[in-house]
Amino acid sequence: MAFQRNAITIQNESAVSCNRLPAANLATMFKAMRASDLLKPRPEGLYCPPGDFFIDPVRPVGRALITHGHSDHARSGHSSVLATQETLDIMGLRYGEDFAGTTQAAALGETLDINGVAVTFHPAGHVLGSAQICVEHGGMRIVASGDYKRQEDATCLPFEPIPCDVFITEATFGLPVFRHPPDHEEIARVLKSAAQFPERSHLIGAYALGKAQRVMRLLRDAGYDRPIYIHGALANLSEYYQGQGIDLGGLEPATVESGSKADFAGAIVVGPPSAFADRWARRFPDPISCFASGWMRIRQRAKQGGVELPLIISDHADWDELIITIKETGAEEIWVTHGREEALVRWCELEGITARPLHLVGYEDEGD
Amino acid sequence: MNRFAELLDRLVLTPSRNGKLTLLTDYFRSVEDPDRGLALAAITGDLNIAAVKPAMLRALVVERMDPVLFGYSYDYVGDLAETVSLVWPQPQGHIPNHVPTLAEVVGRLQAASRSDGPRVLARLLDDASISARFAIIKLVTGGLRIGVSARLAKQALADLGNVDVAEIEELWHGLAPPYTELFAWLEGRAEKPRSAALALFRPVMLSNAVDDNDLEKLDPADYAAEWKWDGIRVQAVCEGGVRRLYSRTGDDVSGAFPDLAATMNFEAALDGELLVGDPREATGTFSDLQQRLNRKSVSPKIQQQYPAFMRCYDALQIDGEDLRALPFAERRKRLEAFVKTLDPSRFDLSPLVAFADWETLERLRQAPPHPIIEGVMLKRWDSPYLAGRPKGPWFKWKRDPHTIDAVLMYAQRGHGKRSSFYSDYTFGVWSGPEGSEELVPVGKAYFGFTDEELREIDKYVRDNTIERFGPVRSVRADRRNGLVLEVAFEGLNRSTRHKSGVAMRFPRISRLRWDKPAAEADRIETLQALLDD
Repeated sequence: MAFQRNAITIQNESAVSCNRLPAANLATMFKAMRASDLLKPRPEGLYCPPGDFFIDPVRPVGRALITHGHSDHARSGHSSVLATQETLDIMGLRYGEDFAGTTQAAALGETLDINGVAVTFHPAGHVLGSAQICVEHGGMRIVASGDYKRQEDATCLPFEPIPCDVFITEATFGLPVFRHPPDHEEIARVLKSAAQFPERSHLIGAYALGKAQRVMRLLRDAGYDRPIYIHGALANLSEYYQGQGIDLGGLEPATVESGSKADFAGAIVVGPPSAFADRWARRFPDPISCFASGWMRIRQRAKQGGVELPLIISDHADWDELIITIKETGAEEIWVTHGREEALVRWCELEGITARPLHLVGYEDEGD
Repeated sequence: MNRFAELLDRLVLTPSRNGKLTLLTDYFRSVEDPDRGLALAAITGDLNIAAVKPAMLRALVVERMDPVLFGYSYDYVGDLAETVSLVWPQPQGHIPNHVPTLAEVVGRLQAASRSDGPRVLARLLDDASISARFAIIKLVTGGLRIGVSARLAKQALADLGNVDVAEIEELWHGLAPPYTELFAWLEGRAEKPRSAALALFRPVMLSNAVDDNDLEKLDPADYAAEWKWDGIRVQAVCEGGVRRLYSRTGDDVSGAFPDLAATMNFEAALDGELLVGDPREATGTFSDLQQRLNRKSVSPKIQQQYPAFMRCYDALQIDGEDLRALPFAERRKRLEAFVKTLDPSRFDLSPLVAFADWETLERLRQAPPHPIIEGVMLKRWDSPYLAGRPKGPWFKWKRDPHTIDAVLMYAQRGHGKRSSFYSDYTFGVWSGPEGSEELVPVGKAYFGFTDEELREIDKYVRDNTIERFGPVRSVRADRRNGLVLEVAFEGLNRSTRHKSGVAMRFPRISRLRWDKPAAEADRIETLQALLDD
């Protein structure tokens, strides 16, 4: 709670200050700690020297704090892992129960002490279990966003802006061209197309963790009540989501045993995008390939991938969400990572906010 | 506006013809007048809107946003219309309370003067969604480029009204956007529109290919034969001072052939083949003809170097008299007499080929007197001129195709029924000195094989992939490894766009040569020898 009050003060300060730069300099002078001493990029990932831990390390380390279960952030083989219970569960499903030496569940909003560094997880709105990680020490507070979005999503808790000195933001869609439309409009396009082409099947490519379940949930919210056929790669995670109280309705395996080709006429099938290039897709009648991804905003991208019905549904913040979030955190300094850093850094400059790209390696979110 | 924008978005990514037709008919069925008619005009290229230049569009957007951020965006997207549609900032506090209809958008653009055009455009973009902005920019920058021909749009109309597409084509040039009376007829709410317009298109008569056993059932005496010229089938119509040159699908192509159109000073509707050269001296080759194709404007120099003329096949109307019901023999007599009255540098008669029996004609067919002849036509002496492709009166008997053995180099995934199959093949032949031969790509084919063969090739591609680029795979192809494809094609053109310098016409896979070693595939010189000079 003390956290929250303190935070509001910082936000108010920056809100009243018309000329941000001198105020920011002043604020930094009183900090006992420089931001770059609290968190710094290393080849393994973002490292906290006083706390001796890494955030989302890409190689096995001693202590890892993990923002969410996507495989580029959550890897196996660390000695100890701290993450939300859902993220730990998901890692267990993907890597097997022995994915780390020891694990500890972080409750959202509860502050933990790690070697004198205060660490708090806050919801990030990216996928089930996803969290931002707030690290505070010597009067300096840094929030590492992990991946996040601001659009509403019935399959995970919404993002909470956390006031901080330094905000580390992702920038997967950090260009003004990326503007995600409301997700229900995109789902309506699939349903319209399914009505227009009742003799064909619609194959929706969606990342196996998060996106796939969100798409299914959106279909249900739009009133689609027929069974949704799923690729085997989605079965475990979808079952886990259902177990967490996220209702995805009736799911059936898209196997040949479950029916002949004609039985898939008019069906909606969800699977990982890679499967649609595969022989697997041959069991469906004259399929229309759909792909649920923020990348689908760019026509050429859809065309190159042979996508007939692009669905602009993303689990990452679009340009407008990125800049509103930066403003809401009230951070004096922005570190930009994995994505199109230069445009967001440029925008910060124009707004008089200090910003720099954080050249972290190993994160590829082409799956979105 | 949003429904039109959505239609464009879908069409541009829908590869199959049937898919496009479904999208178009659904749109025409569900959208009201006059929006659907304006959409139709936009697709067929019959909508008149003063063009906005790309530089102007760019200037409008950088007035509204940081040029550096615009630069990053444009670099990433690569397409100006798309970039602007995405980054266009809505004015602060501006919430459009009304989505303009396509008719409103078109109306405002058409009413704008040259000087306030950009301002009108900017205001429209302020009010529009991202997809609608893209559609508006496409309308004002000219050319939708969505992979839908005017012909396909007319087919969709025919499907909508359950009528023959020939009926639409015949009416088309007497109608104007937004085609309200056309839709009323197609929906059974009104009579077929009657057009008082002059020089309308008459639906063309087409032929069927000769099948294996056709000829033995036919009596040579019942048929006239003439050469099948491989130019552009055209119809020249002049009526009451209106002159139009139509393609065989009823598109007005007069603008591309002003030299020929200028000499159309008669009262008639003639069917024939557009070719280049001077018919009194020499007929140009297909490569010559290509100089006149797909050009928006034709320079005087090109017109002089490659003059267009018409080789006449048939007379549909002369001096106001409709001849289409007369037998071919009678129409031919009238045509022969009429062509004599025309400019001999621009019009001549397609000669008949005398033959006594099919064997004689077969020999003539295999050795035509000119490279631009692609076979012979057979026309029943007693046949009336009928729209479409009636079975029996007219046959085309084409020269056998050329074939070449080439090596599979790249394969691309197909769409729809073929979406998980590598079904589009780029193939090459050998070039370079002995000992250091290299494959040069010479063409691409995506049909000619059976479903079973498709499965076999697909497996071969997957098992022999060396690199992937999106939906394309490059496959192992060297002197010792590679799949040899026998490719059939109709002819060969010079090409500056292809590294090999040649471009095939109508290539298709005729046989899979699993038995043939890659090193024994053909060399580029074999193809070069086929080029006509």
